[in-house]
Amino acid sequence: MTLAAASSQAFPVLGMLVVLPLLGAAAVLLLPRSRVELVRPVAVLFMSAAAAVAGWIIVEYPVASGGFEMIVDQPWVAAWGISWKLGVDGISLFLLALTALLFPLGALATDPGHDHKAYYVWLLLLEFGCLGVFSALDLLLFFVFFEVVLVPMYFLIGQWGHGNARYSAVKFFLFTMFGSALMLVGILATAFLHASATGAPLTFDVVEIAQAQSLATTTARWIFLAFALGFAVKVPLIPVHTWLPDAHTDAPTAGSVILAGVMLKLGTYGFVRFGLYLFPEASRYFAPLMLTLGVVGILYGAIVATMQTDFKRLIAYSSVAHLGFIILGIFALNTTGLSGGLLQMVNHGISTGALFLLVGFIYERRHTRAISELGGLARPAPVLAMTFMVVMLSSVGLPGLNGFVGEFLVLLGAFEAHRWWAVAATAGVILAAVYLLWAYQRVFHGPARGENATMSDLRWRECLVLAPLLALIIFLGVYPRPVLDRMEPSVDALVAHVEAHDDPAGVDTAETEPAP
Amino acid sequence: MVLAELVWLVLLAPLVGVVVLAAGGRRLGEPRAGRLGTAAVGASFVASLLVLVGLLSLDSHHRAVEVSLFRWVPAGDLVVDAAFLVDPLSVTMILFVTGVSALIHLYSIGYMGGDENYSRFFLYLNLFVFSMLILVLGNNMLVTFLGWEGVGACSYLLISFWFGDEANAVAGKKAFVTNRVGDFGFLLAMFFAFGAYGTLDYAGILSGDVAQSTATAILLCLMLGAAGKSAQFPLYVWLPDAMAGPTPVSALIHAATMVTSGVYLLVRFNPLFEQASPWVGEVVAAVGLATAAVAATIALAAKDIKKVLAYSTISQLGFMFVAVGVGAWTAAIFHMVTHAFFKALLFLGAGSVIHGMGGEQDIRRYGGLARAMPYTAATFAVGTFAIAGVPPLAGFWSKDEILAHTWGANKLLWALLLLAAVLTAFYMTRLLICTFGGKPRWPEGVTPHESPLLMRLPLVALAGLALTAGVLNLPFTHDTEFLGQWLEPVFAGAHAKALGYAGGTKWILGGVAILAAAGGIWAAVAVYARRRVPAEKVERQLFAEAWGFDEALGDFVGGPGRRAFDAAARFDAGVVDGAVNKVGTLVRRTGERLRATQSGFVRRYALGVAAGAVVLLAYFISRVSW
Repeated sequence: MTLAAASSQAFPVLGMLVVLPLLGAAAVLLLPRSRVELVRPVAVLFMSAAAAVAGWIIVEYPVASGGFEMIVDQPWVAAWGISWKLGVDGISLFLLALTALLFPLGALATDPGHDHKAYYVWLLLLEFGCLGVFSALDLLLFFVFFEVVLVPMYFLIGQWGHGNARYSAVKFFLFTMFGSALMLVGILATAFLHASATGAPLTFDVVEIAQAQSLATTTARWIFLAFALGFAVKVPLIPVHTWLPDAHTDAPTAGSVILAGVMLKLGTYGFVRFGLYLFPEASRYFAPLMLTLGVVGILYGAIVATMQTDFKRLIAYSSVAHLGFIILGIFALNTTGLSGGLLQMVNHGISTGALFLLVGFIYERRHTRAISELGGLARPAPVLAMTFMVVMLSSVGLPGLNGFVGEFLVLLGAFEAHRWWAVAATAGVILAAVYLLWAYQRVFHGPARGENATMSDLRWRECLVLAPLLALIIFLGVYPRPVLDRMEPSVDALVAHVEAHDDPAGVDTAETEPAP
Repeated sequence: MVLAELVWLVLLAPLVGVVVLAAGGRRLGEPRAGRLGTAAVGASFVASLLVLVGLLSLDSHHRAVEVSLFRWVPAGDLVVDAAFLVDPLSVTMILFVTGVSALIHLYSIGYMGGDENYSRFFLYLNLFVFSMLILVLGNNMLVTFLGWEGVGACSYLLISFWFGDEANAVAGKKAFVTNRVGDFGFLLAMFFAFGAYGTLDYAGILSGDVAQSTATAILLCLMLGAAGKSAQFPLYVWLPDAMAGPTPVSALIHAATMVTSGVYLLVRFNPLFEQASPWVGEVVAAVGLATAAVAATIALAAKDIKKVLAYSTISQLGFMFVAVGVGAWTAAIFHMVTHAFFKALLFLGAGSVIHGMGGEQDIRRYGGLARAMPYTAATFAVGTFAIAGVPPLAGFWSKDEILAHTWGANKLLWALLLLAAVLTAFYMTRLLICTFGGKPRWPEGVTPHESPLLMRLPLVALAGLALTAGVLNLPFTHDTEFLGQWLEPVFAGAHAKALGYAGGTKWILGGVAILAAAGGIWAAVAVYARRRVPAEKVERQLFAEAWGFDEALGDFVGGPGRRAFDAAARFDAGVVDGAVNKVGTLVRRTGERLRATQSGFVRRYALGVAAGAVVLLAYFISRVSW
């Protein structure tokens, strides 16, 4: 099977993973209007099938491979060199798995309340787009998926959200559209300039363009910026982050889980695949800027999170801080930092996904997200409180739980590369404890008054949804090796790629770090 | 097979306790959950004894057995195993940790009786013991850090165990956050160490050779971590508040075991002190001395029995830091062990008093309890004299050894530390007299009673240890310094500093230490029993308010600190997001002029994108042949 996986003629398991949710969407659409009760089971069935395929891919993925595996490559618009090219490597492998895991959990967790059919169709289309982004190896195909993702999320927030949902949905949409418009320009410029530089026919093939490195240094830097802006909005980096708290807060629970768990990684993944890989020299050149933005995000996100009065908004801001760690790891540009950043993408998806699920469960019971209206919930709901405690400690980065190893590797890698940034970022570890523990104290501790005193504990279905996440939180904390081992060859290859295309002679040597 | 390799058994026993209690603790109920938790720790103690036997059977220079279970973190150059180091230092630690823990678990079966979260208490307690054992057994900094954070988390869970009261929850959070400040130092120390040695394994670090500046940086960062965990100035502020937890927790975590881990950590890194700048040791000693002296003054004015003991713990930890600072490694560990015995004893005694007094903790409402609680009173007296430094009790030997080494290092340091020792004897005698002596000052309706057998047993056992533990390391000849000989291989890299003066001086210093203890006790008797001097003269307001430090810190965090955070949040909502909305409004106004119909602009656009994407997809799917 390993042999077969490496060849494109074999059964296209990766294509199947990506297309399954699309088929699911079609299946849900075809369900008769009278059988509303079937909508969720069918949707979850397809999502679970995708999760199973993702599991299969992890098992079949050759651990020692550093390149792309299970490649599917079909010409699409041959005249323009656009192709349906998918592939998976150690960098995308676990993001695909995370996506495939979080969708069924999010779909199972809460009931949309109205328009079930449309809700699940959008959710399935969203999954299709996310899986596509993480596996596309063609720039234009990537862009299509990147855009596909926007639409379902816009409708999920706008129609099934709470509070100021319409405003948040529009804000989310405009912000990301703005970013991706520039990215499209960047993609076209990359492909055309590559073609003209090499004299080869036009191609959007990521691997080919990345290996050739045909663009002039300054050009590449400009194009990198165009990409970076698109990804910066998605991550999000300060100061283009303000769509995030609104969107996360007003989205329905499943929407928040997917937004935080999967969609923020579209940005960080983009930085790795289309920043570091396509533009290694530019990534190196802009690394100090990116590191600064990362550290600012860590500290600023944590400080602003501390003072939030809305529980969901607080968690949303914590994502700004966590994603800052991931950016820090990526732009440390060494194996340790990059591995940590990638691991942290998965960990953040698990922990923050679980946090949003839990906050959603509380909202369903108490119909409020205001921290001041909650209190003492540990008494009526001990299981919920205990689960929240474990997830919170994982988010704080407690060793033994999943959040720690990634965070440690990020900081260690950053320390090797840029000592003082790492020291400042490490201070963020203190702040993480401040905002989460303070929130926990106000929500779960103290006397339980009024409706808080009679709130019901977790139900079976909710426990079932949380169980896989809790299991992963502990497993990845104690034994992250299966993940790290599969990531490392790809990470090593990428770091070597970045180092091989170091600063070309004579260009702005003064900008780089002084030699020690 | 070497018996010492059974170290995983030491860890397995409390882990099994944790798993079983987590899965079915509630079903087990009272008292079976408590018995199970106690049995788990007891088994761990027995396993520790086996490991001790195993290690003793080895030649003294081969007493370092590494046991690796699995590879924990492999990432690039960093390779960290879940591995444990069995050497005289770690075995000393696991023996007293499991031993004292088992006694405190036993005590808790009675003390926590009737609590609605009975089984969860033992779950947390077992989890704590497991983490503490990982901390001391770790073969590399990362595994130690795993335990380090684990005990911090358990401490947080147990301080806020009675979470219904907001104050307990606040105290738990304060402990965790303050400890995190220390952890910041620990993390940086790991980064420096990995940068210098390319490994986090103790074997590599402690036998390595690095630049003086690097060694200095590592030690200073570790000192920050140690100050957090071991409640040294200025990070001690969490420990007095931590008394909000159930009293067995105060005894186990906040007196005997967890708070000593900072001392353990610095002792573990003893070879680095040789390579670092000489002033590093002076910094450690100065911090220790300041903490020992200041905390002692606060203890002599505190009104809450547990607060007195908490400040006393801080003060005694200061003694251990002084020992570390002057390079008296054995003395530091010796005092750590004896302190674990008598301080656990004192806390459990305090718990017994609180239990018997229906929850009262104010010593002004005690008095005359000796008759009602004879066992508690007698054992508490043993603890008091042990910590005061009365020979031949355990505390005398260990404290004298620290003082003796301090004399060799710096006479002023010695004099000030001696003063702290006098204060120790004073405030502990004060506590003893106010609690058990004199006339009853009990509140209405309280009839004190002695605690049940299950709680008295640990008191008696610990009292026995507090009486006799001095034999571990008697300073008469080299042959009677058992602990010193036992630990010597660990300090082989940096030869434990000799006293540096003649034997005669040692005896004179011992005599001075005895006089100091006697003086402290005599003064307390004069003030509190004979009432020659009004107590107000001694219990200064400044001391009672803990020098105002904690309050000032609280004012700063709650005042300017909070305002700064608030300002950041307002900046984000007003300026950053405000700018976004301004741009949005501007665009819309321009748009309104350009177009007549505006409603649902984004929605229509979104649908447009969706339709476009669908068309594109349909197109390419039609072109793809599977």
